[in-house]
Amino acid sequence: MIWKIVLFLLLAFVSVAGIAFPIVVKPEHWYEFPMIMGLGENAKIIFFHVPTAWLTVIAFFMSTVYSVKYLRNKDLVDDIKAHSAAQIGMVFCILATITGAVWAKFAWGSYWSWDPRQTSIFALLLIYGALFALRSAVEVEEKRAALSAVYSIIAFVTVPFFIFIMPRIMRGLHPGSADDTNAGTVVNFKMNGNMLLIFFLSLIGFTILYYWMWYVGYKSMLYKEKLNKQYH
Amino acid sequence: MSAYALFKKDLASELRTRYAINSLVMFIVVTISVILFSIGNEKISDFLSGGLFWVVIFFSAMSGLSRAFVSEEERGTTLTLQLIASPTTIFSGKLLFNLILVFAMNIVIAALYSTLFEAFVIKNVSLFLYAFILGNIGIAIASTLIASIIAKASSKGTLYPVLSFPILLPLMLTLIDLTKQAMDTTTFSSSYVELAILGCYDVVMIAASFMLFDFIWKD
Repeated sequence: MIWKIVLFLLLAFVSVAGIAFPIVVKPEHWYEFPMIMGLGENAKIIFFHVPTAWLTVIAFFMSTVYSVKYLRNKDLVDDIKAHSAAQIGMVFCILATITGAVWAKFAWGSYWSWDPRQTSIFALLLIYGALFALRSAVEVEEKRAALSAVYSIIAFVTVPFFIFIMPRIMRGLHPGSADDTNAGTVVNFKMNGNMLLIFFLSLIGFTILYYWMWYVGYKSMLYKEKLNKQYH
Repeated sequence: MSAYALFKKDLASELRTRYAINSLVMFIVVTISVILFSIGNEKISDFLSGGLFWVVIFFSAMSGLSRAFVSEEERGTTLTLQLIASPTTIFSGKLLFNLILVFAMNIVIAALYSTLFEAFVIKNVSLFLYAFILGNIGIAIASTLIASIIAKASSKGTLYPVLSFPILLPLMLTLIDLTKQAMDTTTFSSSYVELAILGCYDVVMIAASFMLFDFIWKD
């Protein structure tokens, strides 16, 4: 119970701080964010868009970890955990795509311009979609678990090509691309201390939220299975 | 039973029925003519023709390579194969057959395409060849593995492109980029990274395939 309250307070603070704190050219107070060249007020989306994209990858990673576990132990609970992680990953993937597209409308002038980052998030959406299509096409439980585990591992080994290699070698508009002269690479992003603090608080908050959602998701799926077995 | 014996068996049965070859040749002709009809008398740019080349290859691969394991499943020979050979042997044999099929198919497509499309002119032939060879290997590996997955699922025909596309996407994007470069310049220096990506993709895919095929194949 206590950590739910902590999570609520954390996310409430991040939401208020991320939206309400002003962006000024020369930050003097602790609640002021610095102006990043070429981003301006649009920079505030970093507190909400980046965590969703981060969770998309984390959920996918968790799904793959439990897929590997399933292939090692053949325990169907691991399959349910992997499936639950993939479902939440899909939700956050859609959120990241939409928030990114809305931001792109204001920053780049169009919702979609096939920037390498947009291509890679689109590929992730396709992977998640394909995973669910595969799951619904196999009848036998064990076979379904094994095939979707194999597919999510195979898909996971292609993800580094999208997320880490292509956005850095291809020319793109996204902050942190290879030829970005304004914001620089993601690592030395020109954020000051308080911006970084709220950014990382937001990441932590969203990660706990993800863990909670995943826990509720797989528990409810387990109970559903149990009830199904009792009444058939 | 060796991988080569399995390859010879597949080749013999393919030459007897000509199922994949016939449908592939017709599919290539249909796809290229659809593109030609839709272009009509318009003049298309060089880069667009380079991209369309890989569109033809992708869809031909999707129609021709899905049969590898489905045919065993339909004939009911899966269990026999499981008894007489190890999963690694089976996968190597099927991969060998698909490699030959992909290379034959793509050479035909490249020959047809470059005669029919005037805009498709490769300046840097050796760069294109490297990309072509590495790309074909990647397509063959990924599509063989996906073919073994869909053989166990229902709605096989529609599922195959759905599962293959996200896996092949990094390969396809890099290949389209490399084709553009090969049409654009005669130098190699700017293309090493892309060629390295293709090489990495092939190595990663073949390692993952051999590790994971056991779990798909064994019931």
